[in-house]
Amino acid sequence: MKYAFSRKQLAIPYAIFLVLFVILPLLVVLSYAFTNGDGQVSFHNFVAFFGSAKTMGTLLYSVVIAVITTVLCLLIAYPTAYILAKTRMKSGDALLMLFVLPMWINFTLRITALKEILTVLEGNLALHPFLNTIVGMVYDFLPFMILPLYNALAKLDDSYMEAAQDLGASKRYVFLRVILPLSVPGIVSGVTMVLLPSMTNYVVLDMVYNSTYIMGSLIGSYFSSYDWHNGSVISIILLVIIGIITVISNRFTEGESSGKVSVLR
Amino acid sequence: MEEKKDTLIELKHIKKVFEDGVTLIEDLSLEIKKGEFVTLLGPSGCGKTTILRMIGGFEKPTSGELLLNGKDISALPPNERPINTVFQKYALFPHLNVYDNIAFGLKLKGMDKKTQDEKVKKVLEMVDLEGFEKRSISTLSGGQQQRIAIARAIVNEPEVLLLDESLSALDYKMRKEMQIELKEMHRKLGITFIFVTHDQEEALTMSDKVVVMSDGDIQQVGTPEDIYNEPANLFVADFIGASNIFKGKMVGEKQVEFGGAVFTCVDDYAVDTVIDAVVRPEDVEIVKLGSGQEKEEVSDGEGRMTGGWQLDGEVLACDFKGIFYVTAVKTDRAEIEVHNLKSFKAGDRVGLAIAPDSIHIIPYDTSINHYEGVLESYHAGLGFLIRFEDFVLDHVAPQRIFAGAVEKPEDTIGRDELFDANGQMIEWEGRKVIASYKPEDAVLSDDAKAGFVAGEIFNFIFMDDHYRYRVRSESEEDYIVNDVYLWNRGDHVSVNVPLEKFVFEAADVQ
Repeated sequence: MKYAFSRKQLAIPYAIFLVLFVILPLLVVLSYAFTNGDGQVSFHNFVAFFGSAKTMGTLLYSVVIAVITTVLCLLIAYPTAYILAKTRMKSGDALLMLFVLPMWINFTLRITALKEILTVLEGNLALHPFLNTIVGMVYDFLPFMILPLYNALAKLDDSYMEAAQDLGASKRYVFLRVILPLSVPGIVSGVTMVLLPSMTNYVVLDMVYNSTYIMGSLIGSYFSSYDWHNGSVISIILLVIIGIITVISNRFTEGESSGKVSVLR
Repeated sequence: MEEKKDTLIELKHIKKVFEDGVTLIEDLSLEIKKGEFVTLLGPSGCGKTTILRMIGGFEKPTSGELLLNGKDISALPPNERPINTVFQKYALFPHLNVYDNIAFGLKLKGMDKKTQDEKVKKVLEMVDLEGFEKRSISTLSGGQQQRIAIARAIVNEPEVLLLDESLSALDYKMRKEMQIELKEMHRKLGITFIFVTHDQEEALTMSDKVVVMSDGDIQQVGTPEDIYNEPANLFVADFIGASNIFKGKMVGEKQVEFGGAVFTCVDDYAVDTVIDAVVRPEDVEIVKLGSGQEKEEVSDGEGRMTGGWQLDGEVLACDFKGIFYVTAVKTDRAEIEVHNLKSFKAGDRVGLAIAPDSIHIIPYDTSINHYEGVLESYHAGLGFLIRFEDFVLDHVAPQRIFAGAVEKPEDTIGRDELFDANGQMIEWEGRKVIASYKPEDAVLSDDAKAGFVAGEIFNFIFMDDHYRYRVRSESEEDYIVNDVYLWNRGDHVSVNVPLEKFVFEAADVQ
C-alpha cells in the first residue's frame, strides 16, 4: 500500500502554521521583554514591573478578581452541572443548551446587555465598580465552568455512587469521597478555563466603568502607546503563571484519578 | 439433603411500576433461606436485576413487602442494610488503590487501622491476591478487578452478598474458574449469596436454588436438578438446556401420543388431555430401524425401558460439539434434536427411541387465549357486536353466545330483542362474554390490519413442527399463536383467527 503523501509531508502545513503563528510570535515577545529601547539585552523591564507598587497592585487586583470569579463560578456551576448531569429529565439536554447558549452570542453584546440590566438595578454603575466587575466576569465565564463539569459528572457511572452507598456511605460521604474526587478533572479544566482569562478580560471593567487596571488593561495600555517592551513583560509573566498553574493542576489530576487526564479536555 | 433453614429474606407481593408507567413486576413473592446460594435466572428484561436491586436498596418496590429477618426493610437506604453487592462492572473506585477500595466500608464502620489492615490482608488472601494493597485499580486485569470487587464486598461480613451478572464480563475460562471459586467462597463464608445471571449453565452449576424468571414473574423455583428434569412449563423447558417440545395428547393409562407415535410415559393424566411433551436431546436414542410397527421394549436392568424402536427418520445434519454430536433427525411429523456420542451422515435412515422416564409431560394450559368483552349491540340479522379491550368482534350469531336463542319471527331485520328457547327475553345489554380460540386456529400476518388484534412478538418456542408465539398487544394482553413460519422477537404482527373458530361463553347476569 503506497500513499501519495508520507506522514511527514502531511505535517508540513501544521509545521508552517506553528512556526509562523506560535513560535515566531513567542520569540518576538521574548526578545522584546528582555531588551530595552536601544536593543540591548536587559532585565530592566522585569525589575521595573516587580519594583513598582502600581504594577504589582494591578497584578494583585487581577488575581483577586480572577480568584473570586473562579470560586463563584465553581460554586454556581457545580450544583447546576450536577443536576443537569444526573437528572433523568428528558429536558436535561435542552437545559444544558440554555446554559451554554450565551457562549454563542457575541461577547460585547452580552456584556452591554448586562450593563443595561445593572444600570436599571443600581442606577449609577460607577458606585460599585468591584461588585459589577465580578458580576460581569461570573456572567461571562459561567458556561466555561459548567461545560467541563457537566462532561465530567455525566461520565461518572451511577454504579460508583451505588457501590459507595452499598458499602455504608451516607449521601454526604458519597459526595465527599467519591463524586467530588472523581470530578476533579472537570473542576481543574473549568478552573483553567475561567481563572486565566478573567485576569485579562478588561472589556468587562471598561463596560462597568471600573477604571482600575487589570493585567489585560495594562498590556492594552502599553501596546497602545507603542511600548512593546513592557507589554511583552506582562505577557511573559502571565504565560509563566499559566504554566505554573497547568503543572500544578496536572499533578493534582494525575494523583487523584487513574490514567492521564489532560487539562484542556 | 434439604435441611431445615431459617428464612432470611422474604419478598411478599412485590409490585414494580417504573416512573414512565411501565409495569415490570405485577405480583412477585419469593423466600430465601439463610446460607443459600440462590440464582435468579432469566432473559434480559425479565426483572431479575430489579429484584436484586430492590434487595440491595437501589430500587424501591411500588408496593409489597421486603422482609429481612422478618423486618420490613423496603424503606431502608442501601447504606443501612447488612447487604453488600458485587456490581456487574465491578464499580471499583478508580481514584483509590486496592487497599482503600477494600477498606472503604471498614473505615465507615470506624474500625481502627490495625483491624482494617488485618481484614484487608485476610480477604486478599481469600481471593488469591496477596500483596496487592498498593496497586492502582487501572493496573488490574478484568479477573483481578472481579476478585477485588468480591473482596470489597465480603470484607464487610454482610448477611447477604448480591452478585449482579458478576461473571459476564470475564472470558470463558476465567468464568469457569470463578464459578468454582465463588462456590467455594460460599461454602467457607456460610452467608447467603444471591446471584443474577442469564446464563443457564452458570445457574445450574453454582446454585442450591434456581429461580427462573420471565416477564416479571417467577416461572419456577427449584434445585438445579428439578429445574432441568421437571420444568414447570414450556418457558422453563425451552430456556433451560436444549429440548424437543412436542404437542400431543394422552391416549391411555401412561400412554401418550406425540410426533406420530405412541409412547409409554411415567406421568399419568386423563385420556384425551392435551399436553406438551418435553424430551431432552440427550435422552433420545438413535437405534436401528425396526422391521415392523410393533415396539420392542428392552429393560436395561435399572427399570428403564430402552432400545425400543418407536420413530424413524432421516438424518439431516450431524455436528461435532466437542464432547458429543448434535444430530438433527427429520421424521415425517417433526424435526428432533439428538445429542449422543456417535456420528451419523446426512441422509442416514435411523430409528429413534425414547425411554418412558425421559418424557416429561406438561398439561396444556387451557386458560390461555381467553378474553373478556362486553356485548355492545345486537341487531336481528346482523348479530352481536362485542367490544374487548384490544379489539371488536362483529356479526357474532346470537346462538353462539346464548344456546337456542331465537329472534321472534315477527321481528324485522334490525330489531334488537332476543328470546331464549322458552320465549323469555334475553337481557344481553352490557353482559360480559368470554371469547377464546385455540392457538392452532390462529395465523400471524405482518399486515397490522389483517388480523383482529395487532402486537409485537414477545417470545416464541420451537415445537415439533411449528413455532408457538406469544404476541403482546399494546395493552399488555398476550395472544398465543401456533404458526409454521418463523418470525422474530419484536416483529410487529397481527393475529388472525376466523370468526367461526372463536368460542363464546356468556357470563351470568349479575
